[in-house]
Amino acid sequence: MSGRHTADQGEGTLRSYGIGFALSLVLTAVPFALVMSSAVSGPAIVVIIAVFAIAQIGVHLVFFLHLGRASSERWNVVVFAYTVVVLAILVGASLWIMYHLGSNMMTH
Amino acid sequence: MATETTSTTLLRQTHDSPPDTASTRLFGFWVYLMSDCILFASLFVSFAVLRGNSAGGPTARQIVTLPVVLAETVCLLSSSFAYGLVTLAMRRGALRQVVTWLALTFLLGASFVALEASEFRRLILDGNGPARSAFLSSFFTLVGTHGLHVSCGLLWMIVLTAQVARKGLGSRVRTRIRTLGLFWHFLDVVWICVFSFVYLAGAA
Repeated sequence: MSGRHTADQGEGTLRSYGIGFALSLVLTAVPFALVMSSAVSGPAIVVIIAVFAIAQIGVHLVFFLHLGRASSERWNVVVFAYTVVVLAILVGASLWIMYHLGSNMMTH
Repeated sequence: MATETTSTTLLRQTHDSPPDTASTRLFGFWVYLMSDCILFASLFVSFAVLRGNSAGGPTARQIVTLPVVLAETVCLLSSSFAYGLVTLAMRRGALRQVVTWLALTFLLGASFVALEASEFRRLILDGNGPARSAFLSSFFTLVGTHGLHVSCGLLWMIVLTAQVARKGLGSRVRTRIRTLGLFWHFLDVVWICVFSFVYLAGAA
């Protein structure tokens, strides 16, 4: 019973939702401003976009999806961690294969 | 023999304790969301591979209208916050507030879908539909699949609002509100990847 109680409590307050919303607005505004003003260009901007995206995903997981707050939700974190591994293999390996396929075909 | 005895005891224990259906349902839905992640990752990868193959048609830079994408993003982020208010009102047992915030979440989500639909319409009318190039095929598939998810979420929200209005905030309805909350916040996470890696990286 106490586990369920803490799980309910772990679902955020007006304050935590407000902080999450404000952070996600800032993390959206900065990359949009950088791209729309063309302040940064080349590979650097892609790295900046990726860093802000990962930060914002983190904000959403913590403040909106409440991942891993309560000990009763440990299995959610385990499944999430496994999914991250699968995603890394799927995305990384596919891009690696297709990049080498592209450069070996010499179509250009 | 010893292991058999242990497993029988374990079975009896699981049968004796009352099943925690709410957390079991939420966990099951979480597992579904994680499998949805893999679906989206496949679409992201095919987009990443095909994004350069514009076949003489427009490139990403030529079709992206960033102010519209920014408006879509603000709609979706605000709707996620509004759904947070739904969850808070639900915990207080404030039925009318639950319905009000659900309606606001719905309006913001519907605005997002309307903006995306008009963007798709403009592209197709300009002759830049999904059949134009491999880049546009993967673009429409990826962004469209997310839009379809949001539309399903909106449909679900209508049904849920009707249930809240008719049945009140019983434990089953509460579980459903929390489940839709997971879905709705998850779609925001997917959209972060879409606006970053499709729109922003495409326009940069």
